[in-house]
Amino acid sequence: MADNKGVMILAEVGDGKLAGIATELLGAGRKLADDLGEELSAVMVGSGVGALAQEAIAFGADKVYVVEDPLLKDYRTDSYVAVMEKVAKEVMPKVLLMGQNSVGRDLAPRLAFKLDTTVTLDCVELAIDPDSKLLLQTKPVYGGNARAIFTSESMPQMATLRMKAGEPLARDDSRKGEVVNIDAGLDASAIRTEVMEKVLEEVEGIKLEDASVVVSGGRGIGGPEGFEELGELAKLLKAAVGASRPPCDNGWVPDTMQVGLTGKIVSPDVYIAVAISGSSQHLAGCSGSKNIIAINRDADANIFKEAAYGVVGDWKKVVPAFKEKLKELLS
Amino acid sequence: MNMIVCVKQVIDPEAPPASFKIDTAKNSVVPPAGVPPVISPFDEQAVEAALRIKDAMGGKITAVSLGTGLLRDVVKKPLSMGADELVLLEDPAFDGGDSWSTATALAAAIKKIGEYDIVFCGRQAADWDSGQVGSGLAELLGLPSVTLAKKVEVMDGKAKVERVIPDGYEVVWVSLPALITVSNELGEPRYATIKGIMAAKRKEPIVWAPADLGIDASQIGATGRRTKMLRLFQPVREGTCEIIEGEDESDAGANLAIRLSEAKLL
Repeated sequence: MADNKGVMILAEVGDGKLAGIATELLGAGRKLADDLGEELSAVMVGSGVGALAQEAIAFGADKVYVVEDPLLKDYRTDSYVAVMEKVAKEVMPKVLLMGQNSVGRDLAPRLAFKLDTTVTLDCVELAIDPDSKLLLQTKPVYGGNARAIFTSESMPQMATLRMKAGEPLARDDSRKGEVVNIDAGLDASAIRTEVMEKVLEEVEGIKLEDASVVVSGGRGIGGPEGFEELGELAKLLKAAVGASRPPCDNGWVPDTMQVGLTGKIVSPDVYIAVAISGSSQHLAGCSGSKNIIAINRDADANIFKEAAYGVVGDWKKVVPAFKEKLKELLS
Repeated sequence: MNMIVCVKQVIDPEAPPASFKIDTAKNSVVPPAGVPPVISPFDEQAVEAALRIKDAMGGKITAVSLGTGLLRDVVKKPLSMGADELVLLEDPAFDGGDSWSTATALAAAIKKIGEYDIVFCGRQAADWDSGQVGSGLAELLGLPSVTLAKKVEVMDGKAKVERVIPDGYEVVWVSLPALITVSNELGEPRYATIKGIMAAKRKEPIVWAPADLGIDASQIGATGRRTKMLRLFQPVREGTCEIIEGEDESDAGANLAIRLSEAKLL
């Protein structure tokens, strides 16, 4: 344990730039590294990702490890676990962080078991305990009904960070850092899965994760027609449309529209929850919103505990009048 | 196809949030009175994934569940849905574990079961939401893994898995044997049939203790934990919602628009 040093984060790249989660991890990791008085490093894995190493430094890294190989172009469990195992064993970080997304939630647990250490997935808060110097890993449990703080003494201490839970630093291109290339050393025959195609289910309009206003519907919307009405409201507000889990499970809307523990995590300025009761698992996806507006028939619905403004009433009556008045006010 | 599905008995996640209570002295959750436990919903979907393969090409499904105080009516659900066998790892020594001790015990049980082509798990358990027993099991068993499946088919000795990614899904082929974790996008699990319930009633589960698995008690349950839980707590909610009223529901809707524009939110 005494030999492990520093904080390391996995910096993912998407669309030719550093992914949002990478800058969030760099922000969170910088704070932890400073509290430990140790270095923050970033690992960039892929094909042709090295060009972005300087960007990781600008967002807070002291050192960037670049692992490039054409075999690493697409995420595959076996290749990424092998590469990250190699990096972790060479660098021996004290803390190793990834994003809680389709890469991190697949890679982190498998890598933790491979490295004979532990991981806590979906952390919303990470800190260094001032006495033990261990990583305090806070995560929602029981579908968001409670939170638990975990520690582990096995190294590296691994965690994945929920999207938007970390605050990126302001980009500073004058920051200096070191870039180190690490050989992937991959054996193609050891990769036991093959990604044949990616099928993108594009949703019309503004992307949920990027929208500053989100209009979401729940079980009480009753069917796909109701979502058309929410879509019109969203268009007026330049908002994205989301849903809680029941409308997705019932096939009223595509799964990609789901906001919640098992869907997308959003943090818009305004989140309008229509006919959503506010289960913990849904709130896990939207509680970071600056203002939640609730429209629900049930005055006791849990969503009103989270909302800043609310109307108790049938959405079929409330929403059309709300929309008409907005049209008038916005014109 | 020989398939193994890992299922966990949990406090019903659909229980009203107000019924959720914590015993802070013990760092544990108090089961809500009058709400029976259920099979974790993601695990039910894992059973469904296995059943769809059995429907298509035949096969045998063995459900494995680890825990203490396992209610037979609850843990027999996979049998009543159409699974063939049920193995319970039920012993006080399994209690209080984390992902490491749970995966260690399940891996030993799966080795003892022996023949399998696919091991299914839910993407995460609805209680601790750890989301790592599946991948951990795959690592301990040396199997390839595909997580977050929304559809699984078997062809030419391989599994074709549609894996959920943020804007859709990717089609992943994996050689067998493999471990696959199932996400909620798979769709609703089937209901138990009367025939299935009757068959499940007659079927006695196989119960294994640590000694049956040949694993040391130090590796499982609370003593096998590698993570320490310092604190379990309920986040405080502010609860200062301004309720907008009106002469009727429509009027309240119009007033909401006025209030939000006054507050410069829209």
